[in-house]
Amino acid sequence: MTMEHTDAVPGPSTKSSLYALSPHVKKRNAKEARFKAIGIGAILIGLVFLVILVTQIVGNGASAFQQTRIDVELTVSQEEFDSAEKSSLKTSKYRGILENALLVTIQENGIETPFTKGKDIRPLISSGAGNTLRQHLLTHPDQIGEPFKFNVLTNGTVDGYLKGRVSRESIANDKSINEAHLELVDTLKDSGVLRKGFNMGFITGNDTSDLRPEQSGFGQSMLGSLAMMIVVLLVCLPISVGASIYLEEFAPKNKITDFIEVNISNLAAVPSIVFGILALAAFIQFGGGTLGFSALRNSAPLVGGLALSLMTLPTIIIATRASLKAVPGTIREAALGLGASRMQAVFHHILPLAMPGILTGTIIGLAAALGETAPLLMIGMVAFVQMDLDSVSGFFSDPNVGMPAQIYIWATRADGAWYERAWGGIIILLVFLLTMNIIAIILRRRFERRW
Amino acid sequence: MYDVPNTERDTTVNDIKISANKVQVYYGEKQAIKDVDCEIQDKTVTAFIGPSGCGKSTFLRCLNRMNDTISVCRVEGSINLDGEDIYDKRVDPVQLRAKVGMVFQKPNPFPKSIYDNVAYGPRIHGLFKTKAELDDIVEKALRRGALWEEVKDRLGDPATGMSGGQQQRLCIARAVATEPEVLLMDEPCSALDPIATAQVEELIDELRSNYSVVIVTHSMQQAARVSQKTAFFHLGNLVEFDDTSKIFTNPEDPRTESYITGRIG
Ligand SMILES: Nc1ncnc2c1ncn2[C@@H]1O[C@H](COP(=O)(O)OP(=O)(O)O)[C@@H](O)[C@H]1O
Ligand SMILES: [Mg+2]
Repeated sequence: MTMEHTDAVPGPSTKSSLYALSPHVKKRNAKEARFKAIGIGAILIGLVFLVILVTQIVGNGASAFQQTRIDVELTVSQEEFDSAEKSSLKTSKYRGILENALLVTIQENGIETPFTKGKDIRPLISSGAGNTLRQHLLTHPDQIGEPFKFNVLTNGTVDGYLKGRVSRESIANDKSINEAHLELVDTLKDSGVLRKGFNMGFITGNDTSDLRPEQSGFGQSMLGSLAMMIVVLLVCLPISVGASIYLEEFAPKNKITDFIEVNISNLAAVPSIVFGILALAAFIQFGGGTLGFSALRNSAPLVGGLALSLMTLPTIIIATRASLKAVPGTIREAALGLGASRMQAVFHHILPLAMPGILTGTIIGLAAALGETAPLLMIGMVAFVQMDLDSVSGFFSDPNVGMPAQIYIWATRADGAWYERAWGGIIILLVFLLTMNIIAIILRRRFERRW
Repeated sequence: MYDVPNTERDTTVNDIKISANKVQVYYGEKQAIKDVDCEIQDKTVTAFIGPSGCGKSTFLRCLNRMNDTISVCRVEGSINLDGEDIYDKRVDPVQLRAKVGMVFQKPNPFPKSIYDNVAYGPRIHGLFKTKAELDDIVEKALRRGALWEEVKDRLGDPATGMSGGQQQRLCIARAVATEPEVLLMDEPCSALDPIATAQVEELIDELRSNYSVVIVTHSMQQAARVSQKTAFFHLGNLVEFDDTSKIFTNPEDPRTESYITGRIG
């Protein structure tokens, strides 16, 4: 001690009131206020974008869940059925039957119309309606010769007219349909023969050719995505849990494991298209071609799932290792101190505690894979594939597309009806992603750290 | 003193449970324990004292090979349990740890029920045949841990909901349930309040009748209260090892004296 104890400790030189803010405190408060304002501003901007996004998506896509249909009363006699079945143009025969029946329905409803032949009102109904009628009669042969009510899809243009997408001006150059048709549509709508209803076909249906947007559905691509997600889950979860447990709990810390660790992080940053070309080379060209596994072919969800697995694996491994690391070492010590083996410590204590984190990471990885398109480009899964959903022979091996790919395909097609459907597809995709994220959140909440 | 009759020695000295010879411990290049020789008796509480970082925990963790879990840690010399070298190649550390139980500084119950915590050891070691037997083991262990009366009506409750003192006694009961021969405790009371500490100390005294207990403590009063033998560590060396009463009243080494009088540490 160099200072004498008797020396008085110097007190504050000036007395200041607690009520008066010092300049230093004022400056600090101003800084804080500015920072808060910037933060709130950032959040507001984010919210504005979110609102724009949601209104855009809902505004453009909601109408895809509605479709215009016409109720037609008709009777198909046995002779008509037989002659249509003998014809080489079966569907157009059935279409003719429908057109005639529709004309009769129109006249019976007392609606004035300049059209006198069934052929004249062809633009009103979907070009696929003939086939639909045929399929209906083939599955319900008892209705041949009996009068029954048939609900026919209208043509995409008519549907677009009711949804405001098509106007009298916009069809001026369209040779297939004219104003008289649209007038008839208006009167049919007023009389209730023609109306918009919920479009189940959009959720359950398959993709169709360019000309029949009204018949197309998102169901096929949902199946494709489901198949791929199953593959991703089955491939990624066991591999990543196994790899993570080994790296986290058993592997010696040396150059080799360091190298592996660095490369897992690097893999997570590799652009997804690279995994696509890798899948093309490894699975389709080598596995399917050289080794001859027939399920490993272009556009097969199995290959798509494997490509997405390559992409998702590093993400899930990183999430899994983080959750294993988050389990406190004291739990490990407690188990080992009681004479548990490392395996027992891992499987009895550490893994169960890490499981919610692992599942959350897995679901988020799956969600990322679900929305991914680029790797699928390389393996032919972004192409027009029409699947017969009534007879799917190879859930994993039949050529199919995934949801984002389907959206992309539709968005590239010319007719405005496809554009609407692309947005509708986005709504369904987002519903899936939202559901997955909610499940992840619930899991996290439910199993909040219990130590 | 070879001429002391056996009968007389038996009344004061118990059998040697653990004997360590020329133990060196390294963390990588750094030596944490230097040349430690030490004999730990059965049915005795041995306290390890010394300033922070002197290697008490390190040496304690050698006794049940918990140091094996630290990859950079290397142990040389020999440590015998009942005359068998625990670092022998044939020894499985898992089997050793069933015999030499451990209680840690921070209470670390599993996030499971009280019952499952105590039953875990017997389960993995297959110490019972029927559920009734297991119930018995759990009850006995909880009684030994002086916890039975407090928890007997809520064995299914999560162990993490108990107070710190209860958790630590549960950890002791859990260690006891595997029927170890030696119980190692690393500052078992440092996270506890004085009342819980008193309860645990009382418990340690009771455990002495069945086990050899080794306790690391930074509290000299605690060492004086619970132990019969005390080892003073300093900078990785075992400076002095003797009867507790001798260490605290008449230490031989000046470093021991400085420490217990509060001049180092
Ligand atoms: N896991 C470890 N890795 C590296 N050094 C360690 C490790 N654990 C302890 N040490 C070192 O070993 C020495 C002894 O530590 P420890 O046994 O914990 O001391 P004490 O328990 O007496 O306070 C200290 O210098 C400490 O830094
Ligand atoms: Mg310590």
